[in-house]
Amino acid sequence: MDNAALQGGFIDPARDAARAFRAGMEAMACPGTIQTLNGCVAPAPMSVAAATLLATLCDAETPLHLAGTCDTDMVRDWVRFHLGAPLVGRSDAMFAVGDWDALSPLDAYAVGTPDYPDRSATLIVEVVALTNEGATLTGPGIAQTAKLSLPGGLLAARVVRYPLGIDFYFTCGDRIAALPRTTKGAH
Amino acid sequence: MTQITDRKTWLGLLARAPQGRIAALLTGVGTIPQATDLRRPEAGSVMVQGRAGATGNAFNLGEMTVTRCSVQLPCGAVGHGYVQGRSQSDARAAALVDGLLQTDLADLVRAAVTVPLAAEAASRQQARAAKAAATRVEFFTLVRGED
Repeated sequence: MDNAALQGGFIDPARDAARAFRAGMEAMACPGTIQTLNGCVAPAPMSVAAATLLATLCDAETPLHLAGTCDTDMVRDWVRFHLGAPLVGRSDAMFAVGDWDALSPLDAYAVGTPDYPDRSATLIVEVVALTNEGATLTGPGIAQTAKLSLPGGLLAARVVRYPLGIDFYFTCGDRIAALPRTTKGAH
Repeated sequence: MTQITDRKTWLGLLARAPQGRIAALLTGVGTIPQATDLRRPEAGSVMVQGRAGATGNAFNLGEMTVTRCSVQLPCGAVGHGYVQGRSQSDARAAALVDGLLQTDLADLVRAAVTVPLAAEAASRQQARAAKAAATRVEFFTLVRGED
């Protein structure tokens, strides 16, 4: 197993993971805000924020889908050592990570069931730029409106059969933002 | 005695060592390179499986507490330690020994740590077997002389 696959875990797991969870939760609670998230380093091309979020949320009981350029041997080894999460296809995944082109189309991902809407996939979309401009967002957790740069075609492809749906995180370097299923977006 | 040259054997010995014993034996090695933590010691539980008569279907015997740790030595060797119980220092010492056994210091560490551990494990097993043997009952039938 290569060296980079073994390094890059939390230095102080309990405290670092608590801080990272707080940042991930704030991002999801206030859609459109950009949080800083760091602590873990995964092999390229995975970003620091995506690696830290995975290390915080994934374990042996959360099936993970690596899409596109994120699906390298190095990243697989890193996931195996640090998370222990089973690597699966789209339909079985609770979390999926990759860039937007590799993750779409969204048809195959779990959207939950009417009785258990939480049994849905959370997509971690690696983006090249993350800024507070672009699509206008409204909904719970947003005072008036918020703006966030979203990958092209995401709003149209999003499944919204509330309470069913898919939640999104967007990661770029050590920054993270979120788009939960409750948020309405318009260009 | 078995030659402690394969990793599976020495990891098994380290996992079953009594608390504090690995660190105590490790002092006999002398100067040990400074290791960096890849995964700090963390306690968890594992399900132990058994097989009736060692051949039947696997069944869940019960959970036990295990502490694990992974370290990397300056030369690049990676050591993993899994020990029973929740002693973090034991897990780290076991990982350190596993790492050292993959380096040039292997012979030294083998003589100072794993060979004594194997001897102690063997004597524990013998003592237990002797204790069990002392309670053995021999059944016999007296000839009644009727035939």
